[in-house]
Amino acid sequence: MNSDYAQLFHALLPETALVCGALFVLFFDILWARHHSTDRLRVAVMLGLLSLAFAAYLAIDAGTPGPQFGGVLVVDMLAQVSRVGVFVLAGLTLALLPGLTRLRHSAEFVAIILFATVGFSLMGAANQLLLGFLALELASLSLYILAGFDKSRPESAEAGLKYYLLGGMSSAFLLFGFSLLYGLTGSIELDHIAMALHQTSMTPLLAIALVMVLVAFGFKAAAAPFHLWAPDVYQGAPAPATALIASASKVAGFTLFIRLLWPGLHDVAGSIASTSAPSGWLTIVAVISAASLLLGNLGALAQSNVRRLLAYSAISHAGVMMLGLGVVVTAGYGPILYYSITYGIATVGAFGVIAVVDANGGCQRLTDLVGLHKRSPLLAGCLLVFILSLAGVPPLAGFFGKFAIFTAALKLGGISGPAGWLALLAIAMSAVGLYYYLIILKQALIVKPTEAVTPIKLPLPATLALVIAAALLVLLGVFPSPLLGLF
Amino acid sequence: MNLLPYTIYLSFAGAALSLAAGKRSAAAARAVALLTAVVCTGISLVAAFEFTPAAGLQTLVDVPWIASPAIHYHLAVDGISMTLIVLTGLAATAGILFSWNIEERTGEFFAFYLALIGGVYGVFMSADAFLFFVFYEIAIVPKYFLIANWGSTNREYGAMKLALYSFAGSGLVLAGLVWTYAAGDATSFGLADLTRAALTLPAHDQIIIFALVFFGFATLAGLFPLHTWAPTGHVAAPTGASMLLAGVVMKLGAYGCLRVALPLFPVGFAYWQPALAWLAVIGIIYAGFVALVQQDFKFVIGYSSVSHMGFVMLGIVAANERAVSGAVLQMFSHGVIAGLLFAVVGRMVYERTHTRQLDALTAMPLHRMLPCAAFTFVLAGLASMGMPGFSGFPAELTILIGTWQTSPLLALLAAVGVLVAAAFTLRAVQVSFFGKTESVAAHAPTSDAAHHFDCITWPEKLGAMLLIGATVLIGLKPDLLLNWIVPALQSPAFHAVLKGGSL
Repeated sequence: MNSDYAQLFHALLPETALVCGALFVLFFDILWARHHSTDRLRVAVMLGLLSLAFAAYLAIDAGTPGPQFGGVLVVDMLAQVSRVGVFVLAGLTLALLPGLTRLRHSAEFVAIILFATVGFSLMGAANQLLLGFLALELASLSLYILAGFDKSRPESAEAGLKYYLLGGMSSAFLLFGFSLLYGLTGSIELDHIAMALHQTSMTPLLAIALVMVLVAFGFKAAAAPFHLWAPDVYQGAPAPATALIASASKVAGFTLFIRLLWPGLHDVAGSIASTSAPSGWLTIVAVISAASLLLGNLGALAQSNVRRLLAYSAISHAGVMMLGLGVVVTAGYGPILYYSITYGIATVGAFGVIAVVDANGGCQRLTDLVGLHKRSPLLAGCLLVFILSLAGVPPLAGFFGKFAIFTAALKLGGISGPAGWLALLAIAMSAVGLYYYLIILKQALIVKPTEAVTPIKLPLPATLALVIAAALLVLLGVFPSPLLGLF
Repeated sequence: MNLLPYTIYLSFAGAALSLAAGKRSAAAARAVALLTAVVCTGISLVAAFEFTPAAGLQTLVDVPWIASPAIHYHLAVDGISMTLIVLTGLAATAGILFSWNIEERTGEFFAFYLALIGGVYGVFMSADAFLFFVFYEIAIVPKYFLIANWGSTNREYGAMKLALYSFAGSGLVLAGLVWTYAAGDATSFGLADLTRAALTLPAHDQIIIFALVFFGFATLAGLFPLHTWAPTGHVAAPTGASMLLAGVVMKLGAYGCLRVALPLFPVGFAYWQPALAWLAVIGIIYAGFVALVQQDFKFVIGYSSVSHMGFVMLGIVAANERAVSGAVLQMFSHGVIAGLLFAVVGRMVYERTHTRQLDALTAMPLHRMLPCAAFTFVLAGLASMGMPGFSGFPAELTILIGTWQTSPLLALLAAVGVLVAAAFTLRAVQVSFFGKTESVAAHAPTSDAAHHFDCITWPEKLGAMLLIGATVLIGLKPDLLLNWIVPALQSPAFHAVLKGGSL
């Protein structure tokens, strides 16, 4: 391995900045904030945002593009966009904390969010099985803690435990799959794996390895039939933790698996362009996609808890993203990354609104949103943008993401193959989706409250985060080219 | 002419402004909304005077928007869209005048209202299929909120049904357009490029895609049997919104059929034409008979809209120049007349009597108590029946003559529909306004207090005059519009699809 530590250091500067930031947050909290208990969260968040901003700046200017440190990491457009994307999403999540959360040890919450972000960021750049797995585990372990952070509510503990147990199992699957891949190809470097697979054909062992990897992927993406943790975790975890799990974690997970599956395993991808095409891991991805589209959309219809509803909507979106993964072969990384990042922004926003309402009297059932337009017109307006973007209504970003993926999917082979069918299924399901999204908006904007409502106090950082998220969705929807054109 | 795109921008800006103004006072929001609508109407009328009819679309704006897939922000008009843009201006202005009494969340009402209008203007000017679709969907969402929040009878059900039907329809359209783009290897989403791409597809694909796109649009146009959202939605909607829904939004669907579905897939159209023509005729007669037995006054108008839109669809699928020009004329005419009918029923009568049941209305001598409403409704009814002198007459006559060239049988059946329309309109007039014709004095002691209604207000009179003026003007001089429409049909886009001959 021709190691160049200076180069490695340069490539890892964003992560270094985040780790330093997290340590600063902790130190500051211990040394200074114990005497200023009112400001400790605000200071922690401020430090966290500063380190995220610095990390984003460093990620944009991340040294020479290409493989780093003998190919362990790779800095390319995919890594840069995904890194900056997760930093933005983590920053939006952080801004939701001040004034809204009554968590004890709030500085630790901030630090753990930063550690999770380090994991997300490495997932975006990892080009090797081991580093990929470690990054995923760093992120996942942080997320388990975040999900169970609210020690005053048993639901939060339940969410943390459930997430941890199922997540641990999926990690075991992933590790097993990785070990088989290593055994088959003799390397953990994605480039070497790709070369080795180029000479072999599909074997039963390879098929098992692929299934194992995709099971773990399905879990990370909350795709059916590996989605069972999602509704419970979304419901029980503190709202900011859910926002992170639903957004940045998804972007990072998809980036990691895009890199693993496309540059690494593309020779055994098979094809979903037509029914007679060879099968490979794309076949499994197509099945997962169809299952998620159906189960997510139909499951959401029956929900009365707004967080569980959004969890099922997340499952259906995972179905579309799986389809987006399938079209990378012709359309490149643009559509899938555009979709996952804009989906992340909309979800952070939606859970941000839930966090605000939660801090002002609880927000679990759909009816808890009643009267939102009276309690805070701004909040109701932001929710309108987020939900409509999730529903895929133009000119918001959610629509263009869907449009780009469907176009690419139909370009693969018309409707003569699974890709085209999935695109048509997804279009049909978006009409189903509109129903439950309108149900949310109906509660928030239309239903008249039966009793007097209390106005909602909006803390400044949360207001800024929500307005920025809404503005980003509108801007990226009207001008998608700056993000799509990067690839 | 070059100012036309500002109708879109101004409407959206007006929406934001009236939202802000609504926070201060309802009157400010109303003023902003009316001003916006009047300015937009003014712009469209000025453009109409400068408009020189020609074959093909006249580009207003054409800038690249999205690089891949290639999408242009391309706005263009021809005679057909010009007609509908003028209609939109009129209907929007009248609708705001008839919404003058909205007191609850006024700013938000007009914000949604103007956002809807902006989307409608956008659809009528789009020359790029993607752009068309974006504006089309922008017009869907505000409808839900307008109905669910400010509506009446069964509003949440009606609003949701309407939104889901529209969205499902637009899903079909999206599927068809994306399929055409992808499978035909189109270079862009411009309508001309898509047409070329569609021609390269195998015939049976064209047949399926045509069905997706046409039925997607036809859902919004209220084609039988996809019309069921229309009566419930119109009845549930607040007056201004039902005027807009019946007057303009249903035209979006018909316009989509004419502008997108037909020119893109002539082969598919040829396959489906007989079935579509029958569906249109069934819609005319069926909806007419259903309107004949309704007890709710607004349902009568709701079904009459479906029946009249059947004429539009019949004209479009008869697919010869005369029938299609009649269909466009009928779009204008029905837009004005339906607006007028809904205004009388929803605002003038219902807001005062608080009932729409024909039984209850019969018991009141409305023609004495609300003479102005009765007068307006009689005029609107005559126009709706297709009496000479009103715009309905030249429109339906042109459609029938055109259809006769294609299929005499269908023309005869559609003519029966005209008679049915006369029957249900006369019944509505008679039962509601002239149910009790004895002198009021005889009953005065018992029911005097209950039967004292507010006078018809100035905004209402103004709105009614605007619409009556438009229908009479076009009734007396249909050439004003036909001179725009007919040259537009000469364009190469319509050549493949518009021809004489029989079914």
